[in-house]
Amino acid sequence: MTGSRFFPLAVLAAAVVLVQAVASLADRNQYLTQLTMAGYYSLPILGLTLLMGYAGQVSIGHAGFFAIGGYVSGFLTTYNLAERANEGWVRAAGGLGLLVAGQDVFGSPSLVVRPWPACIAALLMAALVAYVIGKPVLRLKGHLLAMATLGFGTIVYRWVLGSSLLGAADGISDIPAFPLVPGLVVSGRSAVRVSNYYLAWGLVLFTLLLLGNLVRSRVGRALRAIHGAEDAATASGIDTQDAKLRMFVLSAILAALGGVFLTHYNGGIGPSEASIMKSVRMVAIVAIGGMANLWGALAMGVLLNFLSLRGSFGVYDDAVFGVILLGIMLFAPQGLLRPELLRRLLRLLPRGAKGEPT
Amino acid sequence: MSLLSLHNLSKSFGGLRAVDGVGFDVAAGSIKAIIGPNGAGKTTLFNLIFGSSIPDGGSVTFAGATLAPGRPHKKVALGMARTFQQIRLFPHMTALENVMVGAHTRGKAGFLASLLSLPRTRREDHFLRDQALAAMRLLGIEGLAASQATELAYGAQRAVELARALASKPKLVLLDEPAAGLNMRETVELGKLVRRVRESGVTVLLVEHDMALVMGISDEVVVLCQGQKIAEGEPLAIQKNPEVVRAYLGDEDA
Repeated sequence: MTGSRFFPLAVLAAAVVLVQAVASLADRNQYLTQLTMAGYYSLPILGLTLLMGYAGQVSIGHAGFFAIGGYVSGFLTTYNLAERANEGWVRAAGGLGLLVAGQDVFGSPSLVVRPWPACIAALLMAALVAYVIGKPVLRLKGHLLAMATLGFGTIVYRWVLGSSLLGAADGISDIPAFPLVPGLVVSGRSAVRVSNYYLAWGLVLFTLLLLGNLVRSRVGRALRAIHGAEDAATASGIDTQDAKLRMFVLSAILAALGGVFLTHYNGGIGPSEASIMKSVRMVAIVAIGGMANLWGALAMGVLLNFLSLRGSFGVYDDAVFGVILLGIMLFAPQGLLRPELLRRLLRLLPRGAKGEPT
Repeated sequence: MSLLSLHNLSKSFGGLRAVDGVGFDVAAGSIKAIIGPNGAGKTTLFNLIFGSSIPDGGSVTFAGATLAPGRPHKKVALGMARTFQQIRLFPHMTALENVMVGAHTRGKAGFLASLLSLPRTRREDHFLRDQALAAMRLLGIEGLAASQATELAYGAQRAVELARALASKPKLVLLDEPAAGLNMRETVELGKLVRRVRESGVTVLLVEHDMALVMGISDEVVVLCQGQKIAEGEPLAIQKNPEVVRAYLGDEDA
């Protein structure tokens, strides 16, 4: 039982190592950069897979949570408090060790929030926003929920685009690296490319482990029950509103986590990360991955994000995801890489093979 | 001793008095049936008891305490469970998983414990699995555990739904037309299952149209007509009650 639980994760871990070895041997380490970024983009997708595929709640606003993560952490670690150093709350924050002094690019003194507290603040902010938004919105069903989350995503996008404090259309740049633990720093410098690749994929593996646990648990069954027949779930004693809200908050935290890490890795973030197309992209990937299929979503997410980041789709980048979503909704509305579909295909194989000789 | 008491329950939809001042007791350990013509208010009454619908007036006493109206999911922890007129099993889940959802209130692992899959969480999951299997065994359907619930035959789906209701270890189960859609042989089987449920110590309140089933298994029968209780008593007395006969047949004679 325990063996089968860890087996797929072990296979993925081996694949991660193999890819790194091949890339390094072939002197193609630049691929690792895109794979690192694709890893971080997988975090919101995995959370959304649980929310959409298992709990049956559609969100077309998850890029908003990704952006909240990136922007809050990016803003806090770059906003210079040096001129306000004498204000009481800045001193208090400094006294708690939350701030770090240094010099900005022009050599003037700077005082900013350390990455660790900034990261935690970003995750808390995403959780809080998800709670406040989710509480009323998750009472809605189907299209109405989709529209409401779309509205939320639009608000975040227009807000970061219009806020001069957040760099408006330019976004925030010169975001510092994030020293996670001694010897491991989230940074896009090519000297730490390999360790960052392992960090991103370690985080993906850990997330898969946790979410896999959740799917198989009492809570996971409750989420699937809500998706399947909400009134029967209620009649089984499940507080459906509470379960949906918690799942929404969890998926928002995962999205924000991806946002925080990618932002420190890239050293900047722009409003395009919050755009509706980014949310649509996540939904399309969850759908093509099979809706309720963490592994399918991960595989499609990495493949499509990797190709997108390498520029393989050219000017059709957004269009590709639109077409995928359209195709899925028309031909496989329950998702493409569905375990049942695959099982049914497998069942056909031996029967065909047996049928031939007789 | 009565486990469930309804006092003067009323519910209107627009101008229609769907349930109009209904009151009766359900004795602990008994099987009680609610019958009545279509539109008599039977399912509405169920929804009022379970909290899926909030009464305009009246109250429900269960196991010695007055129930707060609404909040249906809270009723399960208090010892109530129900099935639906239209079978509502969870698709893409096995029969066992369906029944394990029924045991939801008997566990308490939350999101964090489930994400981490702590040893105590896994122990609890084994416990829930055992409880679910015990409920299935009581109904003789443990052999269906691994089947996809919604792919089972109709009669088997009814049994799985009943097992799901029993998995919460309720004091009382509400069965909303359990024989709907079953053939005669399946209905006879169902009657045996309901009796077995009662023998296991669970009180049963059911709404049912199948008279053979109702008269065969019930200790007491309540008759509703146009939202009002018109008769209550033992099955044989009910069958002879002139008002009941009129409610069912009277209009056709006229």
